[in-house]
Amino acid sequence: MAYNDYEIVMGLETHVELKTNTKIYCNCTTDFGGDPNTHCCPVCIGLPGTLPVLNEKVVEFAIRAGLATNCEIQEYSKQDRKNYFYPDLPKAYQISQFDLPLCYEGKVDIIVDGVKKDIGITRIHIEEDAGKLLHESIPGSLVDYNRGGVPLIEIVSEPDLRSSDEVKVYLEKIKTMLKYIDVSDCKMQEGSLRCDVNISVRKHGETKFGTRTELKNMNSFAYIIKAIGYESKRQIDFIEAGGTIVQETRRWDEVHGVTESMRGKEEAHDYRYFPDPDLMPIVTTKEKIKNIKDTLPELPEAKKERYIGQFGLTPYDANLIADYKNVAEFFETSIDGIKTPKTVANMIIGDIYSRFDTEEEKEDFNIPVSPSQFNELVKVIESGMISNSIGKKVLEEMWETGKAPMQIIEEKGLKQMDNQDELREIVRKVLAANPQAVEEYKGGKEKAFMSLVGGVMKETKGKANPQMVNDVMKEELK
Amino acid sequence: MELHDKTVHELCDMLDNNETTSVELTKACFNRIKDVEDKVQAFITITEDAALKQAEETDKKRKNGEVLGILHGIPMAIKDNMCTEGILTTCGSKMLSNFVPPYTSTAVNKLNTAGCILLGKTNMDEFAMGSSTENSYFKKTKNPWDLNRVPGGSSGGSAAAVAACEAPFSLGSDTGGSIRQPAHYCGVVGMKPTYGSVSRYGLVAFASSLDQIGPFTKDVHDMALILSTITGHDPKDSTSYPREYPDFTKALNQDVRGMKIALPKEFFGKGINEEVKSAVMNVAKKYESMGAKVEEVSMPMSDYALPVYYLIACAEASSNLARYDGIRFGYRAQDVESLDDLYKKTRSEGFGDEVKRRIILGTYALSSGYYDAYYKKAQQVRTLIKKEFDDVYKNYDMILTPTGPTVAFEFGQNSDNPLEMYMNDICTVPINIAGVPAMSMNCGFDSKGMPIGMQLVGKHFDEFNILKLAHAMEKELGLNNKSKL
Repeated sequence: MAYNDYEIVMGLETHVELKTNTKIYCNCTTDFGGDPNTHCCPVCIGLPGTLPVLNEKVVEFAIRAGLATNCEIQEYSKQDRKNYFYPDLPKAYQISQFDLPLCYEGKVDIIVDGVKKDIGITRIHIEEDAGKLLHESIPGSLVDYNRGGVPLIEIVSEPDLRSSDEVKVYLEKIKTMLKYIDVSDCKMQEGSLRCDVNISVRKHGETKFGTRTELKNMNSFAYIIKAIGYESKRQIDFIEAGGTIVQETRRWDEVHGVTESMRGKEEAHDYRYFPDPDLMPIVTTKEKIKNIKDTLPELPEAKKERYIGQFGLTPYDANLIADYKNVAEFFETSIDGIKTPKTVANMIIGDIYSRFDTEEEKEDFNIPVSPSQFNELVKVIESGMISNSIGKKVLEEMWETGKAPMQIIEEKGLKQMDNQDELREIVRKVLAANPQAVEEYKGGKEKAFMSLVGGVMKETKGKANPQMVNDVMKEELK
Repeated sequence: MELHDKTVHELCDMLDNNETTSVELTKACFNRIKDVEDKVQAFITITEDAALKQAEETDKKRKNGEVLGILHGIPMAIKDNMCTEGILTTCGSKMLSNFVPPYTSTAVNKLNTAGCILLGKTNMDEFAMGSSTENSYFKKTKNPWDLNRVPGGSSGGSAAAVAACEAPFSLGSDTGGSIRQPAHYCGVVGMKPTYGSVSRYGLVAFASSLDQIGPFTKDVHDMALILSTITGHDPKDSTSYPREYPDFTKALNQDVRGMKIALPKEFFGKGINEEVKSAVMNVAKKYESMGAKVEEVSMPMSDYALPVYYLIACAEASSNLARYDGIRFGYRAQDVESLDDLYKKTRSEGFGDEVKRRIILGTYALSSGYYDAYYKKAQQVRTLIKKEFDDVYKNYDMILTPTGPTVAFEFGQNSDNPLEMYMNDICTVPINIAGVPAMSMNCGFDSKGMPIGMQLVGKHFDEFNILKLAHAMEKELGLNNKSKL
């Protein structure tokens, strides 16, 4: 039996908490954490007689997400009740959207192993999050409704994903995009991005989909990858052994590294969806959609292409900058009036990124150097006043002290030496002190030349204009 | 005439003229309650201490020239499905027998702000499901006109409290007739305003798309006063309609000449008691003699109103009542073995039979595979019923019907047969489905002296013309609406 005979088919349901200030149907804060049940009111704990009032920001955020994923926007949409009993769901129904989601029929493209591929987006709808059950500290369970009523969007993909690599790239793409358009923090460790994976296998060449299982509620890339690996193998093994996969919901057990059945098709909930009579239809005009579209920032994909075409960045560097909204902003502000934006990119990637330990720091890009100071530094380097390597030192000093680059250069006397006569003096001095290297150079050893230049740089504490040192040195060695 | 017998507008005048005080009024009400409540059983909770304290403060304010509104100092009773902060709100159910809400419903809040004094919370059919108030977990309210008869329902306590002069006015809620039918049975005035004109925030939901809060009063003038106070847009209720509401007292003492009134023959047909029919026909004749134009029309879709109502109301109720699970508030069953067990026992023990019957019916109507045949079909027919009302209103200003097929029945008479009980709603249910306003007012008595109600049904947001026609008829009939209790 060969696993390679099989193809894995997956579709994702990605739940993303929106970063509105208040909850979807009341005025409670959406802040993460807080003592249990302190971010709650009669509405979000579902006390009798309370009514939901839709937070308009939620609609706007969902439409932003829809536009960023090339979706159509439903002009007449509604909210439905999804009925089921669970202690974390105060009203015993979740307000969601059933047949008229806000956004539908979109796509995002992903690149895996250099190959570009479209992943269809079936729909994006809005809904409310549930609370959280706590099983520690006492016999029995406690429930915390702080998260209840935090707005979510659910992004449902078509079954277009074929490998865990594709899933990873797709999720990363969604995450980058949502952060970019400023609708979510996508903090997986806080549960603000979670996903269900619908997964089936079939032999290559088969046109019909296999029976799928649903892996529920995973909130770490690592778990998702492991769960897909385990579940696809399990399904293939089972089929190869003559079994038939049954449609069911499974959960990833991280401790044992297996997926296990939660409930089968027979035990599946009948959610009895029906339009929520407490809420009016959501009517979105073409004009409103256009207004939202106009406020969307340039998306990472477009930025990358512009960075490559307009600024001559390599695709690799363009990715490293455009993927982070704050970095891209910094980059674009600091290249103002710069002849070689590539230098700026190199310095960000080489000199600034190296100071970060975590991905989060890169994302936040909360640095003590302002874009205008950075721009000034690059300009000074471009003008030849200081060399690249002095530039690094100045940046370091800027980082520590917050001083402007020119101030540092003047205070520390770091201005590049470009007085030819002065330099010639020093070159001669170095040559005289290193007769052996001079001999070697004349004997054809190029390396010796570099060590002589190095001597000059050392003598001038790196301030010598390198090009000029080269030229003068060559003249003197003739 | 004693203080407790007086109408709200009479009491307002007395307060304004310093002929009485709020404390005096409130005491008069509690004295009346002490005298008759044993017989009537209209209240679940009486808030005497708080009421007297509030009345004192109200009087103090008045003395200082600070009058909150026209109703400053007037006592009231509230149906026990409207949340009142710090005061038990049971919905007539064991399920909420211990529920003290931390907030007050908008309608009650508006009355509080206007200076009204809460006397107590009134009895009702459990979760407003019923037509006789016999479905209350707590007690059976009696009809003040005949203590062997039901007061109607589900707002039976609120209707009886006003009819027995325990409260000058009260609030009820009406999902399929729960204000108008008890008003008819108890000989008082009861209005279900247009859906969306009174906020539902804080009204414990039965069927969200049909529920509407409205007043019970002793006469039409009082109705205009209370209605002017409780209507208005509420940002906390998305279904509340943003518009300006008129001063309804302007509808009083107006000429009704030239108004066009429709009598839909389906509301006068099979099952309608002859004495009821002739009382309402008498009203029709009088309107004609007053210069209004009265014509018979046909509204065949109203035959479908009852099944449509029971499907939609029960479907919504099955979802609205799912939150009573014993987890956060209300009744919780003891000695349970699992979460499922907790749910099952809590709901089995906490709900009464009628509530369970409707939850089961509604759950079924929404179930996968049945949704299209029941819930969706019902919504489609609802659209047709609405259209039929719209069509009538193209040619008429008002629809006149009986409020119910019979006068108040005796205890136990209909309680064995739910279907027959549902027939009591046949004249009132179509109005909730269409969302239009309607009011019941006494228009005569049967041979045994039981009051008979007539129902005026207006266009959307046209409570004004209802009050206009009603006030004219009230003056014309000059009935003595006081029970002998």
